[in-house]
Amino acid sequence: MKFTMDKIKQLKVRVEEIKTRKTENGDDLLMALHAAQEIFDNSIPIEAAEAISDALEVKMNRVYELSTFYSMYSTRPRGKHLIRVCESLPCHVVNGKEVIEALENTLDIEVGETTKDGLFTLETTSCLGLCGVGPVMMIDDKAYGNLTSDRVKEIINGYRGEKQ
Amino acid sequence: MRQVTTVLISMDSNSLLNGAEEYEELLKSLIDDHNMSDLIQVIETGTYGIYGKGIILQILPDNVYYVINSSNDLLKIFEEHLLKGREVIDLSVDLNKLKFSKAYKKKETRIVLRNIGLIDPSNIEEYIARDGYAALAKALEMKPNEVIQAVKDSGLRGRGGAGFPTGLKWEMTRKSNSEKKYVLCNADEGEPGTFKDRLILEGDPHSILEAMAIAGYVIGSDTGYIYIRGEYYESIKRVQKAIEDAEKFGLLGDNVLGSDFSFKISVRPGAGAYVVGDETALMESLEGKPGRPRMKPPYPTEYGLFGKPTLINNVETLANIPWIILNGAKSFKNYGTEKSPGTKVFSLVGNVMNRGVVELEMGTTLREILYGFGGGVAKGRSLKMIQTGGTAGTFVKPDKLDIPMSYESIKDGVSLGSGAVLVIDDTNCAVDLAKKVAKFYMHESCGKCTPCREGTRMIYKILDDISKGKGKIEQLDQIQKMSERIADTAFCPLGQSINLPLSSIYENFKDEFMAHIAAKECPVGVCEFEKPHIKKVKIKR
Ligand SMILES: Cc1cc2nc3c(=O)[nH]c(=O)nc-3n(C[C@H](O)[C@H](O)[C@H](O)COP(=O)(O)O)c2cc1C
Ligand code: SF4
Ligand code: FES
Repeated sequence: MKFTMDKIKQLKVRVEEIKTRKTENGDDLLMALHAAQEIFDNSIPIEAAEAISDALEVKMNRVYELSTFYSMYSTRPRGKHLIRVCESLPCHVVNGKEVIEALENTLDIEVGETTKDGLFTLETTSCLGLCGVGPVMMIDDKAYGNLTSDRVKEIINGYRGEKQ
Repeated sequence: MRQVTTVLISMDSNSLLNGAEEYEELLKSLIDDHNMSDLIQVIETGTYGIYGKGIILQILPDNVYYVINSSNDLLKIFEEHLLKGREVIDLSVDLNKLKFSKAYKKKETRIVLRNIGLIDPSNIEEYIARDGYAALAKALEMKPNEVIQAVKDSGLRGRGGAGFPTGLKWEMTRKSNSEKKYVLCNADEGEPGTFKDRLILEGDPHSILEAMAIAGYVIGSDTGYIYIRGEYYESIKRVQKAIEDAEKFGLLGDNVLGSDFSFKISVRPGAGAYVVGDETALMESLEGKPGRPRMKPPYPTEYGLFGKPTLINNVETLANIPWIILNGAKSFKNYGTEKSPGTKVFSLVGNVMNRGVVELEMGTTLREILYGFGGGVAKGRSLKMIQTGGTAGTFVKPDKLDIPMSYESIKDGVSLGSGAVLVIDDTNCAVDLAKKVAKFYMHESCGKCTPCREGTRMIYKILDDISKGKGKIEQLDQIQKMSERIADTAFCPLGQSINLPLSSIYENFKDEFMAHIAAKECPVGVCEFEKPHIKKVKIKR
């Protein structure tokens, strides 16, 4: 629990900073939610939502509506690393489907799930604007292109190695 | 004394993810190790507009281009070219050849992408050196109505998809009476297969800021926002930096260029919702609400962001503005067709040899784009179809290759849309693609209205069944009817647009749909049927 308290403090500091960039009411809300996601491993727990609701003086249900409407946000816990693999046509026609299958096999989960060790969540996304090098995925804010099944394994193993 | 050698290294998102940063570090450390940092400078530049080939280096003043794919390549170039002055023939490329496989008559025309690859986008002085902010200075000397007239005369139309005349929009927003107005740049690029806006945001961010400031002066606004897709981390960073630099130079902020015009621009990230690309949904989102489209009218020119008159333009539209102000409407009209003057930035993607972005005059044919610039279909396969304009665009067969691409081409059944050109080869199945399209709509429907929310789900379910050999003949009719009905009754253009892609792919590939239903067979061998006795055939590509 103390862990979360530290993070809440961190979030409050970030939100205060974000507030200084506000020009009109409400235009800082999405930025605050992005900050929460960064601090809380890609999701927005209730404590974080409450902190934002207090700091920006908006109702909780609005914070919740936003965290569920936008696909970059999640109220459910996600893994430490969020994998977003593109499933739009330009990636699909250059073997994107096999890359998604390779991810599922390598991680031993299906799209939408989180690995047991809590390291990865796998999600599909529509076009990431990197179709010039499709198939494409992003792990957190880093993008990987020209993927093949083998490349996928290599990359995932790289992240796994990092943990130990 | 030896002249200083410059190595330009392309640093767009695509190069970054091919390891451009690591190569740059390696090169810098090699230079340091040889004590040559006074003689060789390494500069990051934007994109050369070619992807999927490796990292492109340009060495000046020799003007030699290299494509590198490994650290060995880089070592070789360092030892041979940079140390000994000998060109490494097997790694050097002719940039034009790389881009344009054949000597085609038509050349790339760079208005929007005029600075891309030529300047270091993070250095405002390089932008200024290429007449950057000169258009703003010129506009500030003009009357707002003169600027509007120039934009109107140019015939520029919105590049975000709807094609609304830009000058007219500016005029309408100027005429709206209000103390407060906003200039809004739509950089929520989400149309599958389109990445031109990202290229501009990352390769020439100041051109957008300059255009927004001009727009602010013209309509009487002191506040601008750029709403950038949340996943475009690099674009957000670069635009943010560009704004800070422009403020330092007095080109944004209070009293722009010493005039009494003040203009501030803020960046706002999106959070992942395709529908937010729609202008009114984007305004909702910027106000910190779920991004659902608003009822129109009132139009944004009267009642936009925070209820105030708002001018919203796409990134590519704005990038045209400084050029038009400096070169005049007449020069602009020298390019393109009568009804669609200027150029279009096309994103060439899918099963094509050279994927990438290319700026061509409006009126260029698909054939010229695919064979002249794309080098043809990849891996020697044959062309099955092309989808133009993005997910909401039409699927066309090769017999439409000679139709000139412009706003008018929709009359011939070819969408211009966002300029996406998705090349699809013969290893792909029409039913599988249609199912993907339906899935996109189902996923991106914002849920505000029933026809779109429920209809897209039902269509997806049927197509999914067909792709598994569980479809029935009458369901084909059903899809047709449903997508037409959604087109008629949906609240916003997202839902309304589902009919175009689905009906075009169905019309063109009826046989393939029938084969899935009647013969329970996928002619291409892509769909996996649930019937146990049918062998799974996987096509290796
Ligand atoms: C579902 C949907 C998605 C859209 N996505 C974008 C987009 O990503 N970028 C964009 O500039 N315009 C997009 N548009 C068009 C905008 O609503 C609007 O027409 C445009 O930003 C106006 O700028 P322009 O006149 O410069 O084209 C979209 C429209 C709809 C209905
Ligand atoms: S048509 Fe679809 S996206 Fe548009 S408002 Fe209705 S549900 Fe939302
Ligand atoms: S379609 Fe996958 S990144 Fe554009």
